[in-house]
Amino acid sequence: MDIIKMENLARRLRAELLNTIYNAKSGHPGGSLSSLELLMTLYLHKMKIDVNNPQWEERDRFIMSKGHATPGLYSVLSEAGYFEKEELKGFRRFGRMLQGHAYRSIPGVELSTGSLGMGLSVGVGMTMAGRLKGSNYNVYVMLGDGEIQEGSVWEAAMSGGHHKLSNLCAIIDYNKVQENGFVNDIKNLEPLDERWRSFGWNVVVIDGHNFKEILGAIESFKEEDSKPTVIIANTVKGKGVDFMEYDHNWHGKAPDLKQLEDAVANQIVKR
Amino acid sequence: MEKATRDAFGEVLLALGEEDEKIVSLSADLQDSTKAIHFQKKYPERFVNVGIAEQDLIGIAAGYALEGFIPIVSSFAAFMTTRPFDMIRMLASYNNLNIKIVATHSGLTVGEDGGSAQMLEDIALMRALPNMKVYCPVDAIETEKIIRAAVREDGPVYIRLARAKYPEVSDPDEPFISGRGTILRRGKDLTIVAIGYMVSRALEIAKILEKEGIEAKVVNMSSIKPIDKHMLKKCAAKNGRIVTLEEHQKIGGLGSAVCEALSEVPVSVKIIGVDDRFGQSGKPEELFKEYGLDNESILNEIRGFMKDV
Repeated sequence: MDIIKMENLARRLRAELLNTIYNAKSGHPGGSLSSLELLMTLYLHKMKIDVNNPQWEERDRFIMSKGHATPGLYSVLSEAGYFEKEELKGFRRFGRMLQGHAYRSIPGVELSTGSLGMGLSVGVGMTMAGRLKGSNYNVYVMLGDGEIQEGSVWEAAMSGGHHKLSNLCAIIDYNKVQENGFVNDIKNLEPLDERWRSFGWNVVVIDGHNFKEILGAIESFKEEDSKPTVIIANTVKGKGVDFMEYDHNWHGKAPDLKQLEDAVANQIVKR
Repeated sequence: MEKATRDAFGEVLLALGEEDEKIVSLSADLQDSTKAIHFQKKYPERFVNVGIAEQDLIGIAAGYALEGFIPIVSSFAAFMTTRPFDMIRMLASYNNLNIKIVATHSGLTVGEDGGSAQMLEDIALMRALPNMKVYCPVDAIETEKIIRAAVREDGPVYIRLARAKYPEVSDPDEPFISGRGTILRRGKDLTIVAIGYMVSRALEIAKILEKEGIEAKVVNMSSIKPIDKHMLKKCAAKNGRIVTLEEHQKIGGLGSAVCEALSEVPVSVKIIGVDDRFGQSGKPEELFKEYGLDNESILNEIRGFMKDV
């Protein structure tokens, strides 16, 4: 991977996803900005996929369990070649392909999501089905940190650990902020790494904006052959836009024109 | 001959396992009671017990469905449709996945376990979900037909079974057709539309009514969604009187479905079911009496209905 190239692309995609949200006048910037490098590494580099054959049986599967963080996902999917960039203008618009929350009919999207806490169980099922079929595909599930307050996530965590699903990789976009404040003020998740470890998972903690560390974490997942892996990615909500970072108010609010211009300017000037 | 619908389920599930390697069975640790245990014993690699975790159950089933399998999940109705309702809504319905949901132990015949276990709201919940088909077999014979039909068709299906033994009522040679009701008895004065155990009761009641000069048609509406709107409209047009019988709340179940189907035609519909209450411990017969579902209570209701309408 050419890290410099990816970092430049990340800046470009940040601007793009902010435009997408602005055009729609609604959307979730905070969690889209925090998860971008993770999505990029998976779809543009590490996952075994064929954009011309999205249902290729041997592909790696990815479930966007945090189904609201679509702006970043859709930018990455179009960048990968699943559909034209033109579609981004139709985000959240009536009659257009790119639905507000992840939707299965969109090429590259495995599962329609939008109610938090289910994706990991589905990932467990897909992994178990793969075993039954004698297939070797990897299953990645991205979760939000607020999302893992849902008890159903822990049911899935128990299943993953119990069945030693080494082809399953959960990725937590640990941006520390949910809709109404800091995650650990609302319902404390710490010690997060110990919790997952105690459920039988291989735990890797990284800086979720550092491409090198993300690559390393995925390698660790691929090397682990007796447990599922969880990548706890420390990220920044609203990453890359100074007035959005760490701020829960930008969880689900669209920028106005001035804010958009400032945010896009952030991508060129500051970094 | 009396046989429990859950026993028929256990048998047909096993047979389907033999016939089709895409069939997988998933359970939340109740397979000894739902009878999915026979499948578990024979095809352990295609059976998943998720433990007491119904949300996980549906999620994992969805994963199998996405990978081309036909997951048949089973549990008690009280747990099957309630705890994982969000998962059923999002994964089975919204994603339109090929998940077959079989719920045993529905209704009052659960008996001694009491109110928490007597699910009387499941039809209301499942009917409201887009893409979800809702079937209630009348006996063991129809259970096999319905499970097989559900597996043949694409998309999510909910099948309501029970704990108790049901008398045999259906014709083994007649196929089950989704969206069609079955006329079991003809009669010109009113139509009794019933499901599950209440169908055999309806037949008993019709015999008694005949002696009182009332000719009742009896329909087994085992396909609740899609419901046989055409048949219902014909029945309504004949005499304008329909009585519905179900082991379910009056709200949202068979009676409601019938009213919805007939809302634009002149007809009176008497809905007989549980009147906005929970069940309790007792023997099935005692409970039927308490909740107005015994023959005596129903006959009185019908007699009154015939006078008023």
